[in-house]
Amino acid sequence: MSMVETTRPLTQAYKDALVHLLLVLADDDLAFGHRSSQWLGLAPDLEEDIAFSSIAQDEIGHAAFFYRLVSDLAGEDADALAFARPTQVRKNARLLEQQNGDWAYTIARAYVYNIFEQVRLEALLASNYLPLQQGATKILREERYHRLHMETWFLRLAEAGGEARFRLETAVEHVWADLSDLFTLGNHQHDLIHEGILPTTEQALYEAWLTEVKPMFDRSSLYWPGNRGELTSEDLSGATTAKVDGSTSEEERNGRLGQHSEHLDELLQTMTEVYRSEAGATW
Amino acid sequence: MREVRDVAESRTETKLLDRVREALRDVKDPEIPTLSLEELGMVRKIDVEGNHVSVRLLPTFVGCPAVELIRGMVAKRILEIEDVQDVEVTFVMDVAWTSDMITHGGRRKLSEFGIAPPPRQFSPKSAPSCPYCGAEDTNVVSLFGPTACRAVYYCKSCQQPFEGMKFV
Repeated sequence: MSMVETTRPLTQAYKDALVHLLLVLADDDLAFGHRSSQWLGLAPDLEEDIAFSSIAQDEIGHAAFFYRLVSDLAGEDADALAFARPTQVRKNARLLEQQNGDWAYTIARAYVYNIFEQVRLEALLASNYLPLQQGATKILREERYHRLHMETWFLRLAEAGGEARFRLETAVEHVWADLSDLFTLGNHQHDLIHEGILPTTEQALYEAWLTEVKPMFDRSSLYWPGNRGELTSEDLSGATTAKVDGSTSEEERNGRLGQHSEHLDELLQTMTEVYRSEAGATW
Repeated sequence: MREVRDVAESRTETKLLDRVREALRDVKDPEIPTLSLEELGMVRKIDVEGNHVSVRLLPTFVGCPAVELIRGMVAKRILEIEDVQDVEVTFVMDVAWTSDMITHGGRRKLSEFGIAPPPRQFSPKSAPSCPYCGAEDTNVVSLFGPTACRAVYYCKSCQQPFEGMKFV
């Protein structure tokens, strides 16, 4: 799918930052989409089977759109970007590569991510890269169904009490442990703002997210996992500058910099099995 | 002389444009064979230059897996027109496709096909009237249906599940 290009030639700094951001967007949606697809046949009821399959299809479609934009800019094949890149160059947030766990974890993670997606897409409405701004406009219209679905489930589990609530509380704790890099933009934050590609800061994204998520916790009097979730600016810049040499502890790792858990290896192994069986084949 | 030729040329192009427009009406949604792409509001722009045709389409959903199929169907149909030398079919998003772009006739055909036309606003908790019996006593079963653009509802009057296009 070819898109309208911006009229002026892009500088190298602009292009580097843009490609980085597009890969962050694509890798996030691909990991999340793949995990969502894994509920097919296993979800609690038929409606959820369909819902998660439909959501997975949307998310993987959004990932494909972002990969195509990279392909238009860098000439790399979109399928190869999705299927042939090794773990250490993937830029998805670590939260999204984790295994699905139970239903409560799935809902808590999806809720947190869907709100973040919305906040990030809203920020992209001000992007000066036209194809991205247009894509964000369109994708936002689709995403509200995902958000509504996850919000409904999140409240349902929280308000059910008993085991459902207990499991949700445990899930929230696990989600928060992997939350920090979701809001980060890797090493390109400055250029993304400066060039007008994503004219907002990591901190502003986080705060916009907080404004949406916190009231939901209050509404269902769920324990707010405060300090872990409430990232200070120092936390954010610390996460951004974390070393790539693997000397970082598990919690300091940053997916945006290619630092992932073994769960991404497992995800890629499964997801790319068919692709690897005959690379370059047209299916 | 030059001007005369230009006028003649543009007249031919206008005629070809009309034929392309007409031919496009034959291209239907792969899953709703009574509904044309035009009625779905997917045709953004048609350009004719000499005997080169370019068609710009809007995807209904970004991840719609039928996009490549539709592209092929459009190209094939346009190339059947005499005088067309080549055709370029692209999907664009310079405006976002919305369910409001479905034409009046398109909404009627959806209903006849058994799919409720989309609501005029984001109203996820209310269900449209039943496309089979017209009853308004319906409820939402699932906002996610067999395709990205459809939801599943239930008619309490004729006791049938039915699908409806989503507002997007």
